[in-house]
Order: sequence, then C-alpha cells, then structure tokens
Amino acid sequence: MTDTTDTADASRTDQWETVVGLEVHVELATVTKLFCACPNLFGAEPNTNICPVCLGLPGSLPVLNERVVEFALRVGEAFHFDVPERSIFHRKNYFYPDMPKDFQTTQYDEPICLAGWLDVDGVRVGITRAHLEEDTGKSVHLGGGGRIHDASHSLVDYNRAGVPLMEIVSEPDMRSSEQARRYVEELRATLLAIGVSDVKMEEGSLRVDANISVRHYGDEFGTRAEIKNVNSLRSLARAIDYEHDRQIEMLERGERVKQETRHWDEEAGCTRPGRSKEEPDDYRYFPEPDLVPIAPSAELRAHVRASMPELPAAQRTRLIDEWGINDHEAGVLLSTPGLAEYAETAVVALDGGGTPKDVVNWATNDVLSYVNETGLSPALLAPEMLAELVRLVGDGTISRNQARDVLAESLREEKWPKAIVSERGLAQVSDEGALGAAVDDVLAQNADAVEEWRSGDDKVKKKKRGFLMGECMKALKGQGNPQLLNRLLDERLARG
Amino acid sequence: MSEPGARITRAEVTHVARLARLALTDDEADSLTRELGVILDNAARVSALDTAGVPPTAHPVPLVNVLRADVPKPCLDRDEVLSQAPAVEDGRFLVPRILGEEP
Ligand SMILES: [Zn+2]
Repeated sequence: MTDTTDTADASRTDQWETVVGLEVHVELATVTKLFCACPNLFGAEPNTNICPVCLGLPGSLPVLNERVVEFALRVGEAFHFDVPERSIFHRKNYFYPDMPKDFQTTQYDEPICLAGWLDVDGVRVGITRAHLEEDTGKSVHLGGGGRIHDASHSLVDYNRAGVPLMEIVSEPDMRSSEQARRYVEELRATLLAIGVSDVKMEEGSLRVDANISVRHYGDEFGTRAEIKNVNSLRSLARAIDYEHDRQIEMLERGERVKQETRHWDEEAGCTRPGRSKEEPDDYRYFPEPDLVPIAPSAELRAHVRASMPELPAAQRTRLIDEWGINDHEAGVLLSTPGLAEYAETAVVALDGGGTPKDVVNWATNDVLSYVNETGLSPALLAPEMLAELVRLVGDGTISRNQARDVLAESLREEKWPKAIVSERGLAQVSDEGALGAAVDDVLAQNADAVEEWRSGDDKVKKKKRGFLMGECMKALKGQGNPQLLNRLLDERLARG
Repeated sequence: MSEPGARITRAEVTHVARLARLALTDDEADSLTRELGVILDNAARVSALDTAGVPPTAHPVPLVNVLRADVPKPCLDRDEVLSQAPAVEDGRFLVPRILGEEP
C-alpha cells in the first residue's frame, strides 16, 4: 500500500494514533416494512413488494409496525441504552430516486435509544445513539460500466424502500482496524442473539460506514474522512488501514486532511473521494406530521426485559468457565450463527463420553469448514451425531484421523458415525492380545532393524523405531490403536 | 411590523428554491423574497408570545403509539404500477442519469 520501509512504519506507529467511529445500519428482521404491510423480504422479484405507502403515492399514510418498537427496545436492553419516554420521527428531505417520496422518514434529535455501550475485549466502546429509519430503494446504474457518474440512466427497485433499519452510531472510541472489526463482530453476534436481524453483510442487512482520523497521541481529534461501501469485515479492516496510511502521509507532507466522504474500492484496495458537492448537505429536517410519537409503555419495557436471551458476552464467559476453552475458541464458536448452540447440544448429548473441549475442537474446525463450504446453518445439522463421533474417538473405537473422514461423511450424508464405522469396517483394533501378537511378528521379521536400533545412537534409534511402528501399523491395515501400539512396541524393545 | 424582506434575504430564497429544485426568474425571486418576508413577519408575531412553559408540538393530536400488527397484506400489482411510470425496464423504474451523491 505504501512504499515506506518497516522502520518508518514502526516509528509512525509510535507517533500516530488512529481514531475510528462506526455507523452500523442494521435491517430489522420483521415480517413487514416499517410503515406499511408490504413483506420485508430479500431477493424478491423487483418491485413486487410495493404499495401506495412505500411508493409515496398521494393520500397514503404511514402506520408504525409494532414489532419494530419491540425490536428497538431489545437493542436498548442489549447495549445498555436509555430509552426515553418519547421519541419521534422526522422527514429528511432530499431529491434522489431511491426514495419516491423525496424524503426519508428517520429519527433525528429525539431517537429511541441514547447513550449505550458495548464491551469489546475488555474495552468499553460508547454508543452515542441508535435510531429507527426506513431503508431506501435499490438503483442499478446502466452504461458507463455501472459507475454512477458515467451512467446513461438508472433502474430503480423499491422492494427495499421502507424496510426498517436501525442506525447504531458509536463514539470515536476505537483505536485500530482490529478493534473496529471486533466491535462489529461483537455487535453482530449480539444483534443475532436478540433476534432482531439476520445481520448478513453479504446481503446488505448489516452495513458499516467508518469515520476515520489520525492524531498524535494526546492531541485533539484530527479531521475525519467517512468511508462508505465497506461490504465485509475484511474490507472494513483494510479500509481503515489504508486511510490511516493515507492521512498520515498527507499530514507528514504538511497537507491537511479534508473532511469528506470516500468510497472503498475493494479491487484497487484504496479509498476514493466521492463527487464533491457544491453545497453542504441541507436536509431541512422537520417533525413528521403523519406519525405520532413512540412512547413505550411500562408493560412493553418489562416484557422485553424479561424475554432477553443470554447475550454473547455472557455466553462467552460461561463457555470459557464451564468448558475450559480459550478466548479464541469461544470467539470462533460465537461468530458463526448457530454454532455455539450446536456445540451446546452436542456437549449435553456426550453423556460423559468425551469432553466439551473435544466437541469444540471438531465444531470449530471440521464442522465450521463444512458449514462455510455449503452455506448451511449449523442449526440444520444434528449435534447428537457429533457427540457420537466424539464418544467413538474417546473410547478408542476409531482414531482421530479416521474420525475426520467419518465426520465428513456423517455431515454430508446425515448418517450416524457408528453406522459409518461398521459399514466401512473401520473399528480400531484395541485388543491388547491381537496388537501384541502383531508387534511380536514384526520384530521377528525385522531382526536387522531391531539390532540397528539396539546399537544405534539417538538419531538411529528414532529412525528405526519409526520404521518398526510403521510396519506394525501396516500389519494391522492401519486399524491398530496408535497409543496402545506405541506402548506395546516400546515395552517389547525395552525388554529386548 | 418591520420592513418586508428583512426576515429573509434574496440569497436565502434562491438557496431554498434550489433545494426544492425550483427554477426562479429574477422577478420571481424578488417577489418571493417580499412575500415570504411578510409571511415570516406574521409568524414572528407568534414568536413574540411567552411560550416558556409550553412544550413544542410536533403533532396537533395528543396521541402516542399508533401502531399496526406486523402482518403482511397484498401488495400492488407490479404491471399496474409500472404502467403509470414514464419509463420502465426489466421490471424497474427507469430514471434519468442520477446526478450528485447518494445521501
Ligand atoms: Zn409498502
């Protein structure tokens, strides 16, 4: 990205601090839109989920979806927000064909959630506010290679217009790309756990804009750039790192950072300025006269509080404590929707035939790869099958290596591991008598190697022992229990 | 009453006209500056009242929580809707090249 040397980079890191604040837009997983009864659906045929309200036809009137209020209160609980007695909607006026009304209905100076926080790896990130607003339609720009400024015309689909969004605005409390990435991960896991959104960045149900500035340690905040078009956690981290370098280079050349909106270009790996506007934004917000204030009742607040599930932060601590897994493993479990629940059910089904740690190992490696490859949710897999596999390894019926193949087939074919093991004749030989006899045969047939082992130095000993072990395994067609076989071989060699 | 036009400048009128995508002639801008000034003068008479203890009104009706159940209803027929649009392509509204930034 830059042509500076490592030492220059090191000195920079000493002097400069990155400051990041994030605006996260989350589509709420309601059945219908924010102000009308059109289905809130991703991927429908263009313009099939539209009605007079979301098309802004004259005479139509918006009515707020009650589930949206409940979802907002859940967000309020999860992130320790104050939910004021009353909040209202405003009109944000602008001309752009993605909103047929020529304004977006949004919350402005009286939002539903104020002053919350989220702990990320022991650091408290402040969340200024979370407010409700409607999503806009989707435009496709034609001609000019899909780029907006060169386009000859645009096509608009209003299925998404009016879909309920929450915009969650953090304080500029993050200091690195990694921290920003972790914040979004944690935010996402929490939103998923409380059931208000499916938080899929790839489908746009969670979108992130990043405000980035740099400063010398201890200085006032620098001028920030707002980065849009960040479509994955990886892009978010890359965009922040790129901005960090770009801004420092400008400042070190004696230039000033301009406050502007920039777009992340994933392919080129850089941010580019948006088209500069002749005038600053002037949205002429005013209170929406067609909607009355939201005033959550004490009953609704109590109901929401009582129905809150265990949050990922608490679940993480509990799994680390109860299962003896590390922070990283807990993080992997929790960052894939449904994986932690899958593992929890498997652990219960173990019934003493293995440890939670074994389950977590399989779940965060083989099961996770399978889930990533197929795009299936862990909720569709049978955790009892994983538990059976762990038991088969635990009691020595199959080796870990064999278990990998068995698990792959079990996941793919939805088959019980025991059935696969007996079909393939995989069961490991753990009978001490049978293994001992095989070792005796091998030693008798390879007297030369045994002699070389006896007279050799450590290096030769190691090599010859490895050879003999290999021969034993071969004699047992790979089905000997390795731990047992190792012990029997060592005993016999030592005995001479 | 103060002199007409004192409460709004001609520059403000042309700015607001631009925001509303209205093309005004010079004469229209002049007369609107005068007329809007008169309206603002009238509004200023309300401002003269002591409203210290009166909460701002966003809505004339003292109602809160007008809500609807989260239950879908049939949407409009797409062909019928698109037949009202000046131009259509691929089941979408066709609009002229979009100038300026997405807000
Ligand atoms: Zn609608």
